Amino acid sequence: MKKILEVKDLHVSFHTYAGEVKAVRGISFDLNKGETLALVGESGCGKTVTAKAIMRLLKEPPAEIKKGSQILFNGENVVEMKKKRLSTFRGEDVSMIFQDPMTSLNPTMTVGKQIMESLEIHKKMNKKEAEAEAIRLLEIVNIPNAAERVKAYPHELSGGMRQRVMIAIALSCNPKILIADEPTTALDVTIQAQIIDLLGELKEKFDTSIILVTHDLGVVANFADKIQVMYAGQVVERGTKKDIFYNSRHPYTWALLSSVPRLNTESKEELYSLGGTPPDLILPLKGCPFSSRCEHCMEICLEERPEELSLTETHSLSCWLQHPSAPKVERPEALRGEIHE
Amino acid sequence: MSKENLIEVVNLKKYFPVGKNATLKAVDDVTFNIKKGETLGLVGESGCGKTTCGRTVLGIYKATDGHVYFDDKDVHSMNREEKLKFKKRAQIIFQDPYASLDPRMTIGDIIGEGMDVHLKLSQKERQEKINDLLGKVGLNSEHSARFPHELSGGQRQRIGIARALAVEPEFIVCDEPISALDVSIQAQIVNLLIKLQRELGLTYLFISHDLSMVKHISDRVGVMYLGSIVELASNKALYEKPLHPYTQALISAIPIPDPEVEDTRERIKLNGEVPSPINPPKGCKFRKRCIHAKEICSESAPELKEIGKDHFVACHLF
Repeated sequence: MKKILEVKDLHVSFHTYAGEVKAVRGISFDLNKGETLALVGESGCGKTVTAKAIMRLLKEPPAEIKKGSQILFNGENVVEMKKKRLSTFRGEDVSMIFQDPMTSLNPTMTVGKQIMESLEIHKKMNKKEAEAEAIRLLEIVNIPNAAERVKAYPHELSGGMRQRVMIAIALSCNPKILIADEPTTALDVTIQAQIIDLLGELKEKFDTSIILVTHDLGVVANFADKIQVMYAGQVVERGTKKDIFYNSRHPYTWALLSSVPRLNTESKEELYSLGGTPPDLILPLKGCPFSSRCEHCMEICLEERPEELSLTETHSLSCWLQHPSAPKVERPEALRGEIHE
Repeated sequence: MSKENLIEVVNLKKYFPVGKNATLKAVDDVTFNIKKGETLGLVGESGCGKTTCGRTVLGIYKATDGHVYFDDKDVHSMNREEKLKFKKRAQIIFQDPYASLDPRMTIGDIIGEGMDVHLKLSQKERQEKINDLLGKVGLNSEHSARFPHELSGGQRQRIGIARALAVEPEFIVCDEPISALDVSIQAQIVNLLIKLQRELGLTYLFISHDLSMVKHISDRVGVMYLGSIVELASNKALYEKPLHPYTQALISAIPIPDPEVEDTRERIKLNGEVPSPINPPKGCKFRKRCIHAKEICSESAPELKEIGKDHFVACHLF
């Protein structure tokens, strides 16, 4: 498979009055063509910052993509792109769907105009062509009455419809990568299911690579090929969907997986819950970022950051428990039942 | 009225006037009861009236019609004194832990405010009680001098819970208490709520759109659609054998964190979106999205009928 995006040692900081917040601390990953990669983690773990850094949408300053960070799109370093190249890069090569469709559309423009805008700029279409294309795009994202809806303003549409419009805008120039930042979080379950199905359909149809940023493991199980679990600005475990759901090895991944109730668990049984809160990213991190909340924490975890270790070709993690001289720790009981061999 | 019901809601309606000649029927003829020590879950999509229902049960909104009986007394026709007593016994935890705590009050004062009205404690007793409550919700006494902005979302929601517990209530409406929180923190809060219920014998009305959490915490669950309850059953019956087409679709839409299950299961797809509650379809409100819709569905609205033991459905299919 062809690599379309390579992120190497990405560091992003924000300069605030309180000090430098190191939001992303050395992330590397690849994205292949036609593949869906999910970035999973709790709020503040750096998943949205990573996504925005790829689009170069972070305001610099206060944000700073540190020297040495590389984001290679087909071999071209996004970090060093000039303004002109960036404006073609965004839209034609990579585009993004945001979490909140209420605030990310312009309330003073019809949705048709908002779709046409990128077509006129990037594809040099005239008004008429652009409008016809906008209607076609609205049909692709399953909006009924597309010819009418083109003239609607965002406030006339429901949340699900607005998210479809966002997707239509994002797709307008056939991007090679689509970044979806919590695309279903603000939506109801039945609408969420519709949007996920739509993204799946579009991925098949256009062979787009997708980076899915989410905290919802249910959505990930449905949709992603590869998963990266992030914690405090670092990737703690990565692997295929199967690796993460059935064979995870990192205590944080275990905690994430066990803290959601399954429909088959007994009710009122105590849910697994992780004590404490994520570390403050202003302070320097010593050792493993998860050590303060980890029940298997050892002395070394407080002192040194674990190196990333590959278990198989697809599955790797950063945890001292994998060290040969560490005590053997089994996957939690509740998760083991899930392995279907 | 049986003794074991703490709350009985009978034909409750709450309409809001919107513009000229239009009314939004947020809660439209809802009937249910909650037994002592039980948790009733209320689920539905946004705009279905679940929050309005919870607030009307507590008397925060005046009911347009219908009754809410709390221990045999109608909440909506209580006099001042009775209402004060009722408010001591029934409390609420709000959805947004950021907006529901006064940023200018210390945590101690936020928790102590209700006690000042209802319990009349000495300064020393008050502080002891605040410390005790902080301990109960997993914080410690040093938090009492702090302000809300110094705390994280999960900690704030714990304050919201401590505030509700401060007046020693019997009944708490939990209005989406976890939806603003991260997964790992959600589990902490749900565990806390379950633990407190066991220790203090509390009765909950648990409102949420997260069906798997509702299943986890509730004894019985009511599903709301456009202001009406379409199905009400024990949580086991509801999730294992949902009868109403809307409940079936809702349950099949929950994404399950297990790839193999996700790959193999069939989804019941719902077309379209929830219609506007200002002008809902005549007859059954769900009929436009329902795959089983027949002629009768557009003619008359189905009533909530008992199909099996304690299993109520409002659908013409039954």
